[in-house]
Amino acid sequence: MIEILIEPLHYPFMIRGFLAAIMVGVVCGIVGTFVVLRGMAFFGDALAHAVLPGVAAGYLVAGGVRSVLFWWALGTAVLVSMAIGAVSRAARIKEDTAIGIIFVGMFALGIAMISATRNYAVDLIHFLFGDVLGVSWSDLSLILVFGGMILGVIFILFKELVILSFDQTLAQTLRLPTKRLYYTLLILIATTVVISMQTVGVALMLSMLITPPATAYLLARRLPVMILWAAVLGAVSGVIGLYMSFYFGIASGAAIVLVCTAFFVVVLMIKQLRAIGVIGKSFPRAPDSE
Amino acid sequence: MRRLSGSGPTPGWGHETPHEEGAAILSVNELELSYPSRRALDRISFELGKGEQVAVVGPNGAGKSTLFKVIAGVMKATGGRVTIGGHGPVEHICIAYIPQRNQIDWSFPVTVSDVVMMGRAGRLGWLRRPRRLDQERVRECLDLVGLSDLAGRRIAELSGGEQQRMFIARALAQEAELMLMDEVLAGCDWRAEKEIFRILERLRSRRVTIMMATHDLDQAAAHFDRIMLLNRRLIGMGRPEAVFTPENLRETYGSHLRLVQTDTGLMILSDTCCEGGEHSDNG
Repeated sequence: MIEILIEPLHYPFMIRGFLAAIMVGVVCGIVGTFVVLRGMAFFGDALAHAVLPGVAAGYLVAGGVRSVLFWWALGTAVLVSMAIGAVSRAARIKEDTAIGIIFVGMFALGIAMISATRNYAVDLIHFLFGDVLGVSWSDLSLILVFGGMILGVIFILFKELVILSFDQTLAQTLRLPTKRLYYTLLILIATTVVISMQTVGVALMLSMLITPPATAYLLARRLPVMILWAAVLGAVSGVIGLYMSFYFGIASGAAIVLVCTAFFVVVLMIKQLRAIGVIGKSFPRAPDSE
Repeated sequence: MRRLSGSGPTPGWGHETPHEEGAAILSVNELELSYPSRRALDRISFELGKGEQVAVVGPNGAGKSTLFKVIAGVMKATGGRVTIGGHGPVEHICIAYIPQRNQIDWSFPVTVSDVVMMGRAGRLGWLRRPRRLDQERVRECLDLVGLSDLAGRRIAELSGGEQQRMFIARALAQEAELMLMDEVLAGCDWRAEKEIFRILERLRSRRVTIMMATHDLDQAAAHFDRIMLLNRRLIGMGRPEAVFTPENLRETYGSHLRLVQTDTGLMILSDTCCEGGEHSDNG
């Protein structure tokens, strides 16, 4: 048993993969909690896809130098999240329509750009589904620095972000700068998407953002506990997913997402069974659970 | 970094401008709010004294919520002026807006005391976490509305009346001097209503000024110092017996109201409540 757990750690690329998956899992779980509570799942998905042309542009410019891709992606993500807000205001259309227009338009632009390169199919799959085993030490340090910054901002603005998410009118009557806080949150989500890109890819990103927080929501009564659960579930799913990827030869991003989803389904089923009395109260349950 | 925007027109988060000596707690002057297609509020002027309790009565779409939001500084008027103790609303954090229940996401994972603590946040400002003083303050406020036993309960598990009392406690924790209560009686049974009116009496002794939007003309007449009849414009404001005249009521409610003269007095039949799902209960 121990050998099964230790075997992958003989490979440096696996160690880097584990570190990336854990950090990304923690950051996505925490930022994703706000995404879930505010009902911004569609926005998160759109943002992940809309980053593609930025990545493609960086790729064409730098010819495969990874850290350059990161900055292109980050710039695109921030621009897109601002644009979504601006378009829905200027064009007087509903926000989800604005998101949809920009999302698919940008995604198509990204595919078009990548299709101009030589090994189109390979590159596209890499961007769409991630390649956590190809993470370099410099990638890891970028994830660490930006992930740390994201968590720092959330820690500092926690009480303000919670008020804004729960009751915007209260935030306004307390004279919080609600617009600036909202855009801060958008930038946090955008940055999270970018640092997670290499782990799960743009197509699977949404799962990392919303599935662990959704599971955590089922387990927790209070927000701090929910955030903790979301971070733990995100990290653990990353680790288990990588083991599965290692032993069964499954694509790493897909494996991680499948584990996240499995956690959600299992927790939901236990809750349902307990609700109808199939499982007694003595069934082991989280200390803070409902 | 306690204040982000310095001394601009919006002094910002957690800043309370001291009230001017002798200025009314609330003064509304020629207030107007127009959309391209219609006028939501039409030249409304009135003044409230400190500690006064006023019921705002009018049909759905009369602009009650809009008026409250403009007074709270959450919406901008297109004309006229609102002052709170002599200064514009956005210079104060002493105005509490108590929302209609269906504007709140009751599945949000917070407890009753978490929500009341949010009211303290304005007094804390950036970066500071609640201290023991704030915890005590929250306990006092919960006590005052009779929710001490439910402090640790998740908000999804509250009854309609308990939800409203929680928001009153939050307004108290905010140290609000002006509370704008939007339909707090909607979805309350008679016992919950009684409890809320008992709390209002306690607020009276603390000289908290209250405006409450309501559909219940009887309750309005029985419990409030003055009644405001509103239907986009201010139709009448004063003591119940002076304001509830057939002309005023007809003007306020139009075809929604039937007035029947009987031997025992004036009978009023109204069908204003719950049109268009404005008060749909939120699970």
